[in-house]
Parts: sequence; C-alpha cells; structure tokens
Amino acid sequence: MVMQLPLTRPAAPVFERSEGYWSSVFRRLRRDRVAVAALAVILAIVAVALLADYVAPADPYRGATLRRLRPIGTAGFPLGTDELGRDMLSRLIHGARWSLLMGVTPVLVAFVLGSAAGILAGFAGGRINTVIMRSVDVLYAFPSVLLAVALSGALGAGLGNALLSLTIVFVPPIVRVAEAVTTQVRGRDYVEAARASGAGAFTIVRVHVLGNVLGPIFVYATGLVSVSMILASGLSFLGLGVRPPEPEWGLMLNTLRTAIYVNPWVAALPGVMIFVTSIAFNLFSDGLRSAMDVKR
Amino acid sequence: MPIVEIKDLRVTFTGGGKPVPAVSGVDLEVERGETLAILGESGSGKSVTLRALMRLNPEGKSRMEGTVRVAGQDVAALGRRELRAFRGRTAAMIFQEPSLALDPVYTLGQQIAEAVMVHDGCSRNEAMARALALFERVRIPSPERRLQAYPHEMSGGMRQRAMIALALSCRPQLLLADEPTTALDATVQIQILVLVRELQREFGLAVIFVTHDIGVAVEVADRIAVMYAGRVVESGPMREVIRRPRHPYTIGLLRSRAHGALAKGARLETIPGAPPDLADLPPGCPFAPRCFLATATCATTAPGPEPVGAGHQARCLRVDATAALLPAVAEG
Amino acid sequence: MNGGSQAATDPGSGRGGPAQPLLTVRGLVRHFALPGKLLGRSKAAVHAVDGVDFDVLKGETLGIVGESGCGKSTTARLLMHLINPSAGELIFDGEKVGSRELPLREYRRQVQMVFQDSYASLNPRLTIEASIAFGPSVHGVPRRQAVERARDLLARVGLDPARFAGRYPHELSGGQRQRVNIARALALRPRLLILDEAVSALDKSVEAQVLNLLADLKQEFGLTYLFISHDLNVVRFVSDRVMVMYLGRVAEIGPSEALFSAALHPYTAALTRSMPSMDPDARTEAPPIAGDPPNPIDPPPGCRFHTRCAFVADACARRTPVLTPAPAAVLPSARPDHRAACLMLEPGSGHPRAPAAPAAAE
Repeated sequence: MVMQLPLTRPAAPVFERSEGYWSSVFRRLRRDRVAVAALAVILAIVAVALLADYVAPADPYRGATLRRLRPIGTAGFPLGTDELGRDMLSRLIHGARWSLLMGVTPVLVAFVLGSAAGILAGFAGGRINTVIMRSVDVLYAFPSVLLAVALSGALGAGLGNALLSLTIVFVPPIVRVAEAVTTQVRGRDYVEAARASGAGAFTIVRVHVLGNVLGPIFVYATGLVSVSMILASGLSFLGLGVRPPEPEWGLMLNTLRTAIYVNPWVAALPGVMIFVTSIAFNLFSDGLRSAMDVKR
Repeated sequence: MPIVEIKDLRVTFTGGGKPVPAVSGVDLEVERGETLAILGESGSGKSVTLRALMRLNPEGKSRMEGTVRVAGQDVAALGRRELRAFRGRTAAMIFQEPSLALDPVYTLGQQIAEAVMVHDGCSRNEAMARALALFERVRIPSPERRLQAYPHEMSGGMRQRAMIALALSCRPQLLLADEPTTALDATVQIQILVLVRELQREFGLAVIFVTHDIGVAVEVADRIAVMYAGRVVESGPMREVIRRPRHPYTIGLLRSRAHGALAKGARLETIPGAPPDLADLPPGCPFAPRCFLATATCATTAPGPEPVGAGHQARCLRVDATAALLPAVAEG
Repeated sequence: MNGGSQAATDPGSGRGGPAQPLLTVRGLVRHFALPGKLLGRSKAAVHAVDGVDFDVLKGETLGIVGESGCGKSTTARLLMHLINPSAGELIFDGEKVGSRELPLREYRRQVQMVFQDSYASLNPRLTIEASIAFGPSVHGVPRRQAVERARDLLARVGLDPARFAGRYPHELSGGQRQRVNIARALALRPRLLILDEAVSALDKSVEAQVLNLLADLKQEFGLTYLFISHDLNVVRFVSDRVMVMYLGRVAEIGPSEALFSAALHPYTAALTRSMPSMDPDARTEAPPIAGDPPNPIDPPPGCRFHTRCAFVADACARRTPVLTPAPAAVLPSARPDHRAACLMLEPGSGHPRAPAAPAAAE
C-alpha cells in the first residue's frame, strides 16, 4: 500500500439551526408597530425613573407657598406646580419610580407564586388541583379593588403592606390562567410520549411543560401591570399606600383633587401618566400575545 | 347545457404574507344528474374549488377570478339577496363536520322546517311534513322522534343523514359534498355513500363529491377529476381514470395503495417527496419534482390538458409515455 | 420459570425464548366513570375496554381494527400504561409488568408508541433533535451520546440530520413529522412499537412511504409491531395477525389472510365488505350492516354485536360468547389460532346455527 498523504477530510456536516422560538417571537414583535411604540413608551418611563435624579429639573419635595398651582407652561416650571408649589415635572419624574415599583413588583411576585401553584395544580390534577383551585376561588370571590382595599386596611397603611395586598390580589387570576394552560398542555400527545419514555413528573414539567406554559402566563401577567398600577394609585389615593410627601402618581392625584377647579390641567397630569403607562403595558401585552402565536 | 361550468377558476389567499394560489386555473363541467368526484390530497385545492361554487371562501382574505356558472347563474355576480336564494335552492352543501351546518340550539325539525319556510314560504305544518318526509327518505329510524332531537343527541351517522336532509330541504339541483364521510366509521361510511347515490338518482341531482379516498370516489362517481397543487391534472369517466390512468400522479396514487391483493412483505410503490409549497411553486409542471417520468422540459413548461380518450384529459407532457404503461387492454 | 427448558438461541429473541409471547394481555378492563349528578356518584361508566385477552408474538405485526368506541386506542394507552387499567395484567416476555423483575420504567423503555397526530406529539418548543434525544437522556444516556443517537436515527428514518436536526416541528410536513415521531420512539431501542393510527392522518402518497419505512425499520431493529388502524386495507397489508374489536371486546383474532378471506365473526365480515370497492364494476350495492356502532356507555348485554347482526337469535342477548376456533365440522380449513367470539361457533350455545353440543358436555 502506498503511504497516503493526509487527505482532506470530508467536511464535517454543517448542521442547520432553525431560528429559535424566542428570536422568532422577537422578529414578529419588531414588525408590530403598536407593540414597538408601546415598548418604547415603557422603556422611556423606565429610563426616566432610573435617571430621575439627573433628569428632574428641580427638587420634587421643595415647595414654596408663593408659587402654588402655577399653570402649565410657566417659565421654569414647564408643567406647572402643585398645591404646595412643588415642580410638577420633577414630581412626575420621581413618581415614575414609585408607580413602576407599585405596578411591577406585585405582578412579578404573583407571577412566580401563581405560576408555581397553577402549574402544580394543572399537572398534578385530582385532589391537589381541587385543594389549590378551591382555595384560590375563595379569594377570587371578592372584587379585586375591594380585596386590595380590605387587605391594605386590615394590614395597615404603608408601602410594604400595599405591595403585599396587591400581590395577594394578583395570585388568584394568575393561578387560574396557569392551571388552565397547564391542564391543556398536560393532555398533549408530547407529554404522553414523554411519560411513555419513562420520564418522571419533574423532568416532564421542566422540559415539556414550562416552555409551553410560561409564555402565555407571562403575557397575561404583563396585562396585569396596568391593573396593578391603577390599584396602587387607588390605594395611595385612599391613604393606604405610599404616604405624602412622596410623589406617587395616585397620591398626587389625591392631593391635587382640591385644585381641580383652580387648575384642572395640572391636576389631571398624574392621571394622564397613569393612563399612558397602563395603556402602554396593555398594548405591549397584546402585541406579545400575537407574536407568540406559532403557526402550525 | 351543463349545470356547472367552471372556466379558468383561480382562488388566491391573501391573508398572510405571501399570496397563496390555492386554485390556479381549474376548468370543470358537471352535467345535470351526474356525480363528479374531485380527488386530491390536502392542499390540492379540492375544497377551495368546491367552496368557490357557493362563494364560501372568506371574501376579505381570498380573491376569486375566472367564471363560475351554476344553473346559468354567474356566481361571482350574484348580489347579497340572490346569493342567499342561490345557497340552498340552487346548490346545497354537506360537510365533513355536521356541526358546521347544524345549529346546536334548535331541534333538527325546527331547522329543516325553518329552511323550507324561508325558501318556499309555506306554512309551518307543511314544512314539518316535508321535514318528516325527508327524514324518512334519508332513512333515519323513528323519524318523528328524531325531528324533536337536538344535533348532539344523535350519533355521527345520524347527524350526517340529518345534514343531508337539511341540504335537500329546498330541493336544490346541485349537491356539494365536502368529504362528508371522512370522519365516519367504515360501516357507516358505506351506508352514507349508498344513500347519496340513491338520492342522486331519485332527485336527479348533480353532485360534486370531494374526497381524498379513491375507494370513495369509485363508489359514488360517474366522473373523476384528480387535483394536484391547485390544478385538475386528470379528469375523465370514473372507469377510464381508474382503469386507464394517464397522469403519472394518478398512476402513482393507484399504485401506492395498500390493498388486499398485495403479497405479504411486498413493498409499496411510492410517490417520492411531499406535496409542494403552494406559495412557492416550480415554473413548469408542479408534479415534475416527484414524477418518475419527468424530463428537463417538464421543469420549465407548464402542460396544458391533453385529450387521451373520450372525455378523458391529462395535464401532462408525457402522455405518450404513460400510454405505454397501460396494461394491454384493447381500446374501447 | 418460563422458557427454562428452552434455551434462547437467538439473543434478539430475549429472555423467554422465541416461543414466549412478547406481550401477554390478560383480562384487561378499563371503565371510565362518568361525572355524576350533583351530589352522589353516578353508576354510569364508559366500558371502553371490557375484558380483553391476547398475545403479541415476537417479531410479528399484530393489527388491531375496529370502529370508534371499540376500545382500540384505549387498549394502546393501557398497554403503554398511560392510563391505569381497572383490572387485568400485562406480562412482558415472561415477566409481570410492574413487578420487581420488570418495573414500569424499564418496561416503558422496551415498549414505545407513535401517536396519530404528528404535530401534537412533538413539543413545539424543542428542536427535532432535542425531542428525539429526550428519552435516552431520561434513561441516563449522556447528553452528547443522546444527540448522536438522535442524529443517527434521523438518518435512518430518511431525514438528513444536517438539515433537520435543528428544526422545529412546525417547519416540517406531516410525513416528515411522523418520521421524527418514529425516530423518537426508536431512540430508547424498544422491542415493541405501538402504532396508534400512525399513518391515518397522512396523505395517501406519503402514507405509502411511511409504511415502507416501518417495514424497513422492523427488519433492521428486529421490532415487533402492534398496528392500530381503522383502515382495513392497510392493516391487511402490514399485519401477520389481526384482532377485530367491537365495543370493548375482541370479536375475532387470527392470521391476517384467514381472517380477511374467511371471517368467522359476522361483524368482521360486515366490516370487510364495508370498505369501499376499488372495482368500478363491483360497487357496493347495499350497505352490509345498518345503523351506527352503539354507545359504549351502555353496551348491549350478551353478544355486543347482536343489535346489528344479521344472524341474531334469542340466545345472543342472553349469553356472552367466548373466543372459539371454528369447529372443523363448520369450516374444514379452520385453524386453532383463528378464533371468534360468536355463539354460532360455540357448540350447544343455543343459537340455531351453532354446532351440536358434544355428548360429553353437560
């Protein structure tokens, strides 16, 4: 045999990779103008909240009795001043921190707790399902506003208690959605096939269930952020959440309500912010939902 | 004059990104009292063609071109009111899923009587009598009782019969059947097929029966049209098409069937590959990539219909080659 | 112990030897309770599978046919232990399933299933390769090897791994997805493959390809198939033996050719004649039987088929037939492995067409 020169080895096959699920969701989301705009608004508010100390033109806490309730467009106070003469723009900017905190945190915590309970209920079925779902139904029986107010009232005013009561309000709906989606996925043939290959419940949930249920639950939860912001504002408005002099939007709305006949435009500003932010979250949530619909 | 005349029908779905030509250039004729089976796989355009006859394809998401004449009426030109009268009285449709046609909140008797009253303007009593007669005719046992039943209270075969009764309630001239037996059990399917044949003879109906099952087509049809990728690739008298198929796709379908006569362990002859993506069809014959007779020309030239026998056409450039494949049977 | 005297010569034939059935099913029952009225339990139950016995022999393809509600799919899921039986036992190659010798997990490695809906049986979030590799990794095969095996299997089922391994289910056609499902089922190197209407949803031109593939794989991996379908032509083509089910019970079981050419049970005969004719000159003129299959919630007593049977006699509603081979007097070509549950075959059953009871009996 002739000594062979090292031949060029056959090229290792190049494995094609399809676009992953999340990158395809992102691609579809990018084409949705409304969702992109909503996301831009959300990001802008987040950025403003993070950089509040640098963007805000004035100290949100320092007022002056001489310049109370200036109208929008006053020199030095582009959005006017509130009933204590504090700069509205700065207060709205700092208020974004509070409102985002109050809007996002309860939903986030409820998302984790609710998903866990809902997926457990949906996947285990039977008695476990009954116990979890019926306990959730008890909380569900109260209107969410009433429940939040009652819980906050019972726990006592304060930021921590307001967050806690909002979280409790959001767990039941998330559990319900999580349970419904999981029950649906559990009946799919691929879960059956996974069981048939001898996989344990934990592995099946990790590999086959989570990936298919977390998306829909997350979409639902993003839609709740706006509800949470409005409820939080409501609690503050009633004096059960954030306390003065903090510039939380709901609270600002409350304190400014006395000025509604004097300077209605300024008084409405916090409400406008609440409205814009919650609409942005809702529109983004809708866009995400349609982007996550995989065609067959 | 044929009751159905379709000339160069094109239906394009424009809902998603790329327009999808579901039907591209279909010509069909159906005589009065004749049963045509449209045979094809999923995506062949058979159901879309059928729906075009009653303008049932979603108007906003699809575009319909070409001419469709049913009983002398131009279906595309019908106004709203004319279309309502046309649906039901001139042409009626039965579906694979009876739930598409039957309303779950009314009894079957109410639904049929309602349809009769709206179309013929007769009294409720007369309408109920007609409904009863129809139930007897489609061989529903204890018809008086079943007229009082709701659709969900009946078994699959009975629901299918009730839907046929509803379709026939306004004495249409044309019955359109969209795979009405596909979801049924074998013993029930044959009952429905025999029933359709009887009704067709008795009422002198023209029937267009869409199916993916050659056996079903053989049981009901006078003529067969084989569809592939939105085109009629072969059409002709049923016996001709089954015994003397001339399009390679029809030949492949007939050969790839598992049937009793095959020896154990024999391999099935197959058509390689999969049906094409309609949004991205090759320029020539759409079947060329899967065809065992394809030549270089087939990939570039779209074949027109070639006459290959009495009333028998095949859209293929290689009909000479397929003639050679025929079993040695004397012409005629 | 089973097969103790009979040394297994072929290593592929497993523990019990070639004559030991691969799977023995005894007295399999599954009733589904219907939700009761408010308060109090309802006694109504769906008799999905109601006392089924059969063997699956090593290396054969056993076909199961029947109409909706006959229990064929429930049987498949019971065999796979995806639902628990109300009664009955499974013996896999001489060992009781679920016993210490053969725990469920180990049994499931050796028995795999392909489902009808090719899309629903693949996780839409996993690549093809990950779906196939899942089973082996569950059973402790290292990730790298599991992926290797997945790619190798993709090639075996006729899909180029370089093109398909990284794709997602929705990017494949129905036929390709079903190939993936077959590869996934084979990834655990099973001995028995349950095919539950595995080709029924495919287009005819693709169905033939998959049937050929299944035949190749059977040969290559020495598999045994349980092939469930409503399509008699396909079952006849692929099966060595066929079992006909009606309303949760076995109506007839026997070698494929014998069963289709000389059916013992009136239901089998009617079912065979109900298949659409392929001969333009021999269309079906009259339906072989009338009516729909009855509801399995409240099955008729005695022989379950008696409500639709052309040969019904008084005895049929009273006495439940057992699987019997045809007596030689009735059918000279009768084979002992071809049996049907019909009173016309049982000597002294009280049916006018039944053979006379032998003198010894009662």
